[in-house]
Amino acid sequence: MIIAEQKALPEIQDMVSSYRKILIVGCGTCMTFCSAGGPEEVNKLANELVAENKDMVIDKTTTPRQCTEKFIDRLKDKVGDYEAILSMACGNGVQAVASRFPDKPVLPALNTQFIGVEKEKGVWTENCLACGDCILWRTGGVCPVTRCAKSLLNGACGGASEGNCEVSKDRPCAWQEIYHALKRLNMLHYLKGKPQVKDWPVHPGRVVREDLREIEATRVD
Amino acid sequence: MSFRQALESGKFLVTAEVGPGKGTEVEHLLKDADIIKDRVDAINVTDLQSSVMRLGSMAVCHMLTDMGIDPVFQVTCRDRNRLALQSDLLSGWALGIRNVLALTGDHPSMGDHPNAKPVFDLDSVTLLEMIGTLNSGKDMSGNELNGTPDFLPGAVVNPGADNEAALDLQIMKMEKKIEAGAKFFQTQGVYDLDAFEKFMKRVEGLNTKVLVGIILLKSVGMARYMNKNVAGVFVPEPLIQELKAAEDKAQASMNMAIRLIKGAKDLCDGVHIMALGWESKIPPIMDEIGL
Repeated sequence: MIIAEQKALPEIQDMVSSYRKILIVGCGTCMTFCSAGGPEEVNKLANELVAENKDMVIDKTTTPRQCTEKFIDRLKDKVGDYEAILSMACGNGVQAVASRFPDKPVLPALNTQFIGVEKEKGVWTENCLACGDCILWRTGGVCPVTRCAKSLLNGACGGASEGNCEVSKDRPCAWQEIYHALKRLNMLHYLKGKPQVKDWPVHPGRVVREDLREIEATRVD
Repeated sequence: MSFRQALESGKFLVTAEVGPGKGTEVEHLLKDADIIKDRVDAINVTDLQSSVMRLGSMAVCHMLTDMGIDPVFQVTCRDRNRLALQSDLLSGWALGIRNVLALTGDHPSMGDHPNAKPVFDLDSVTLLEMIGTLNSGKDMSGNELNGTPDFLPGAVVNPGADNEAALDLQIMKMEKKIEAGAKFFQTQGVYDLDAFEKFMKRVEGLNTKVLVGIILLKSVGMARYMNKNVAGVFVPEPLIQELKAAEDKAQASMNMAIRLIKGAKDLCDGVHIMALGWESKIPPIMDEIGL
């Protein structure tokens, strides 16, 4: 899932300071699971903002996903009543909502961090850079593009110490993790493969599925 | 004799290194290089060592060639993508640089611009492959070069990796670097000869030259700092105590280096001395060893 963190309250207050009536919209999928922008966090943020500014009218709602058109559409009868929407979605959700309601300021209450997992209670770690060319089959299910600070593809650098990355003692060396995983799987020979150079994708990304487009074009409603 | 000729002659190689500073002042560094120029086969010039922004390696390498020194151009993948790396290599060749040490580089977060965007488009292995490609008259995209370099590529290895996985990974990468064209290796600083001997046993079948890295220990504080912060460098406690007890620290440090180089001499193909400003100590150390 996508992991985010709420922005510091002063930045949010600054963002909403020129509005008297806003709608806070939570997101029911990733943001709920990572405790950044689900119904609980929507309530908490609304209370904090009202506590600082009693004149502000704040209403609250949560959609199942702010990145999906049919769920964004559920907001369409509401948004007209507000001067701005304070979105508690990831950056993807914020932009999808902003694009659906182009005449309404849509403000981000969160800082989107990464695609990752909850490692232990209250600790999330990054797992996927969405780089467009998955090599997990030969790295024991550990992504070096994401989990190696240098995105090295051809083995460890010399910077690891006691199994941890040179950038921080709280980040394990991805290549040592890959080594242990491949050893466990009896697949260490993958480490000796031909050196790889990564073909970096051009941003912004765009995926086109001609098969689906053709089906859509020939559908008779 | 060029570094390549020295390497091919089979003699025991001696290299040193200088680190450009922050700013345009080079007098100090050129003086350090001048002290040792007739005693070493090559002098490395570091590339923004420890990710600290400094004067560049290419300019200083060029200045060394003007002094009749054969420099080793250290090139990291930290700050340049494949376009800039290839271009800088061609530029270096045009300026008289003939030897390249290919490194991945420290992460920018280790240095004094910690929020800089890290590049790492290539790594040490694919940088070596790319140098071979340039040497063959082509760029990485297969386009023909008009004027072709003929670099002598080298690499680094860390014999002091602190666990089995790390050491296995170092050796696998060393093999890949040789496969990718590395003709010599300069190691991370070595203080433990037993560990170095074990490492050399493990790589003895590999067709390359290994220059043992010797960092002159300038103080007890430096030893403790490296033990805590520099991956792969481990100064054993007896050496620290020896330095602590010594009245003449510089002499004690030189004695240590002499002992280490004498001990390593028959295990490997050369020595890479990192004097960190103590370049004047290199000639007496070499005299004592008979190099």
